[in-house]
Amino acid sequence: MAVIATKDTRLVVQGITGREGTFHALRNRDYGTNVVAGVTPGRAGQNVEGIPVFDSVADAVAKAGANTSLVIVPPRFAAEAILEAADAGIEQIICITEGIPAHDMLEVYHYVRPRGIRLLGPNCPGALSPGIANIGIIPAQVFKPGPIGLVSRSGTLTYQIGGELAAKGLGNSTIIGIGGDPVIGTSFIDALDLFQADDDTEFIVMVGEIGGSDEEAAAAVIAERITKPVVAYIAGFEAPVGKTMGHAGAIISGTAGTAAAKKEALEARGVPVGTNPTEAARIVAELVAGR
Amino acid sequence: MDLYEHQGKELFAKAGIPVAAGRVAFTVAEARAAAEALGGRVVVKSQVLTGGRGKAGGVKVVSGPDEAAAAAEAILGLDINGHITRRLWIEEAVAIDREYYASVTFDRAAKMPLMMLTTMGGMDVEAVARDHPDRLARLHVDPALGFRGFHAVQLMSAAGIPVDERKAVGAMLAQIYGVFVAEDAMLVEVNPLVILDDGTLLAADSKMTIDDNALFRHADSSAMRDVAAADPQEQAAHEADLAYVKLDGDVGILGNGAGLVMSTVDVVAQAGGRPANFLDVGGGASAEKIATALGIVLSDEKVKSVLFNIFGGITRCDEVAKGLLGALETTAVRAPIVVRLDGTNDVEGRELLERAARPEITVEKTMLEAAATAVRLAREAR
Repeated sequence: MAVIATKDTRLVVQGITGREGTFHALRNRDYGTNVVAGVTPGRAGQNVEGIPVFDSVADAVAKAGANTSLVIVPPRFAAEAILEAADAGIEQIICITEGIPAHDMLEVYHYVRPRGIRLLGPNCPGALSPGIANIGIIPAQVFKPGPIGLVSRSGTLTYQIGGELAAKGLGNSTIIGIGGDPVIGTSFIDALDLFQADDDTEFIVMVGEIGGSDEEAAAAVIAERITKPVVAYIAGFEAPVGKTMGHAGAIISGTAGTAAAKKEALEARGVPVGTNPTEAARIVAELVAGR
Repeated sequence: MDLYEHQGKELFAKAGIPVAAGRVAFTVAEARAAAEALGGRVVVKSQVLTGGRGKAGGVKVVSGPDEAAAAAEAILGLDINGHITRRLWIEEAVAIDREYYASVTFDRAAKMPLMMLTTMGGMDVEAVARDHPDRLARLHVDPALGFRGFHAVQLMSAAGIPVDERKAVGAMLAQIYGVFVAEDAMLVEVNPLVILDDGTLLAADSKMTIDDNALFRHADSSAMRDVAAADPQEQAAHEADLAYVKLDGDVGILGNGAGLVMSTVDVVAQAGGRPANFLDVGGGASAEKIATALGIVLSDEKVKSVLFNIFGGITRCDEVAKGLLGALETTAVRAPIVVRLDGTNDVEGRELLERAARPEITVEKTMLEAAATAVRLAREAR
């Protein structure tokens, strides 16, 4: 079945005529994702290698039956693009854009969440269900189908761990990049619940990093209602206090948000935490072998 | 971006929040002139982006220009928690009756602004939260609703603000929330918020953090970045739109994606090395950007080896390889570079490197092998 990126996905790419938008829309389509439309205001009637372009998401929904949106537009326009998709009746919005002001995302979050619209990201690589569909910028060739659900705040770190798993012959049900911003639409907890309910997922790997307290909150939820085995990896043990480590959300504020605290919270709930991506992959491989 | 006290107060004043009159001084002479212009008793305050200024001797109340000059002499150059004082804020001394505390923070977990208020001002709010949690009023504000009159009443009631002060305190709370929203702040803290002898209110200190991602729409606060105080590499990276953090070791680290680079830093430390920096070249990096990034890492004289860890997603590995080879054409590279390329267009990227056969470059297959090699090369170069 997999989650988010499925065979039922009918994708509209917002920003399809941009360089990155075109590149990834075509990559996603080549992978097998059903890319039904693109949106760039003022470009209605054009097409990108056969993908029809519309002026608005509303048109993409009405005329092409889009149900999922991929947002690849510059940060100044991204919050508006997400709201447009939500307003047009899109069910799932995946936002790749990095650099959206945090206050804008507060507004977006409180608009989409009560309406039951799934927002993934922003500042995320998207979602990939190997062999089924790819939405976003995840390099699909690294991953193969399998029983492991992978959820991560970091794009490239996800690829790293996916690559390590693949090297051990292990594959993924779905890879979910939740994003590195302070305000993101889908949390670790949301992703854990999706994987818990997904028949194709038997194991879960969560990849966290410094900043915020989502990993600690997830640890509590794992103990409470996640019955599938979870393995974690946390990045940023060497990060200094008060410095933003690339991701806007990756910052240790005072004593809050350290990698050590997250590792401790997860281990206290029985979740093994690898000290590096290779070790995390090894722990997963042992779990799978011992099942 | 963190603001100095005086910069925050400038934004406060713009929003109508009362602050004492003051002037910035970078030299003893400027401090003397500021005290002369302000007249009477003044406070000479170190401007550093850290707390604990008072305890460190960075704040002095003086009676006139001569004493202000002497205080400036003592405070300029003062090291407060590793931050060297390079600028002072000279402001009119005020007659303080009571000290409160008010703040708005961006609560990531709740995804709402969190307002806090206590009558125990002038102290570390974390200590108040720990030792007197009942005295610290906390209230989340629905961003769609904004800060309303009833929010102010709830907060002030919970904090025990006397009824006769509530009109003035409530007005200031609304102004503080207004600044938080208007300036795209992640934090606005007024500690202490003082009640003067005559009953009027004043923001006696200011601590503000502005969302870097929103600076494009704030020309005022963007211009407040203290270029002189920034580390030279951090400043160069900022200008090139690259995320860089100085770390004090000798293994230079660059890669794409914050998580992967953070992990690379951890792995280098685990391999017994000392990471010199964190540098995320970001998504979709062009050849020139990679070359610039490498230049920044190598401009840190401590760097003895470089670990270049790329896993391609939006960044294509052939672009990275071209950037690296381009940098080697134009710059004399003084340290060995260990490269690891994987992901989108990785085969093309590795082919480019192999064809170029540069002696400075060692290509490794895995992240752990690459880290071990970079650590070994740095050690050999010491």
